[in-house]
Amino acid sequence: MENLQKNVCAPSPESSCCDDRHRPEKKEGPQVYSRMLLALIGVGLWYAVYRQLAPFSSFLTYELFGLEQGSHLGGAIQFFLYDTPKVMMLLTLVVYGVGIIRTFFTPDRTRKILAGKRESVGNVLAAFLGIVTPFCSCSAVPLFIGFVTAGVPLGVTLSFLIAAPMVNEIALVLLYGLLGWKVAALYLGTGLLVAIVAGWTIGRFGMENHIEEWVRKMRASADEVSQDELSWDNRFAQGWQAVKDIVGKVWIYVIAGIAVGAGIHGYVPDDFMASIMGKEAWWSVPAAVLIGIPLYSNAAGIVPVIHALLEKGAALGTVLAFMMSVIALSLPEMVILRKVLMPKLIAVFIAVVGSGILLVGYLFNFII
Amino acid sequence: MKIQICGPGCANCTKAEKIVSEAVAEVGADAQIEKVTDFQEMARLGVLSTPAVVIDGKIKCVGRVPSKDQVKSWLQG
Repeated sequence: MENLQKNVCAPSPESSCCDDRHRPEKKEGPQVYSRMLLALIGVGLWYAVYRQLAPFSSFLTYELFGLEQGSHLGGAIQFFLYDTPKVMMLLTLVVYGVGIIRTFFTPDRTRKILAGKRESVGNVLAAFLGIVTPFCSCSAVPLFIGFVTAGVPLGVTLSFLIAAPMVNEIALVLLYGLLGWKVAALYLGTGLLVAIVAGWTIGRFGMENHIEEWVRKMRASADEVSQDELSWDNRFAQGWQAVKDIVGKVWIYVIAGIAVGAGIHGYVPDDFMASIMGKEAWWSVPAAVLIGIPLYSNAAGIVPVIHALLEKGAALGTVLAFMMSVIALSLPEMVILRKVLMPKLIAVFIAVVGSGILLVGYLFNFII
Repeated sequence: MKIQICGPGCANCTKAEKIVSEAVAEVGADAQIEKVTDFQEMARLGVLSTPAVVIDGKIKCVGRVPSKDQVKSWLQG
């Protein structure tokens, strides 16, 4: 059962990627297959229940509670009874899946992948790896030091640090559940793009000497990959742990957000926000970005808010810019990063990422 | 045996520390627990992500809270 051991991987000249060659063969017990079967049955059951949510919420609202079809109250209650279980079920499934995927991408494996890469390719890879590598915002500094001292270029490291919090599974699930797959896909695409381009741009500025001196003096090896060897049993267990941790933490925001959304759904006039956050108000995009910087929230807290804003006539670009700014540019994170970055580099970081978000905001307001 | 727990002090780091100290007490291991909050020290230990548990200079887990059974196996192993 206890497969956790740390072997330092012997550096080999051609090991430029996350090769598994040094990994000892894993003996999987027969219970792995029954676990997999169980997982399949679980997903099947999940889907069967998921399909029934819409008719069931209508049944509850209109048959059981006897509310009138098309009434304000009936609409709001059905919205709530449908959206809450829908979003919670999506969240559980995706967090579980991502939790398992993440057991394959530890930060040190990611570092090994990135250490040998050229800048442009590196920026793209870093942004994508930012989605799947487990990352907690208080790890930003050790991660930064570990990447930079092992030869990952500064711009590539920053691409990773921008993408990791901004494009995450919770944001995507909530956007998909509340606003549909198009908005979720737009957010995923533009979030990655901002991370890639901003990191690449900062890399062009050659600001390596604006990293604190003690960091520049340190050297680390990217070949030291701790092989936290996990069996499939462990991976499933960690997926489940992720569900308990994340869903246990965010359910209250989700329900509160949907409740607010359900209320607004029927009772607030439709273009209430249009004059302040609509397309015509050109200044609303920079304002949204500026307001978003000191605000700090995770995706779970912010998506229900933007859902309500959109419903009431705010423009999509303005709202996406607001969301990105809140999640990706946070004052507390800048304060922590100050331990390793000099003020000028932090200012450049905020300016470049902020401009990227600004462009995204204008772009969507322009084309949609 | 020297156990170092790395983390700037967020919720997960506190949880990791609690689990390790409980495991030490339950096994009755002769171990000193030390909290590492300094980033420079973490970098020297080779820790990339927090919370991390380091026993006698060897990184046992990074970026996640270990389970109590895992910690016990490290203590006994």
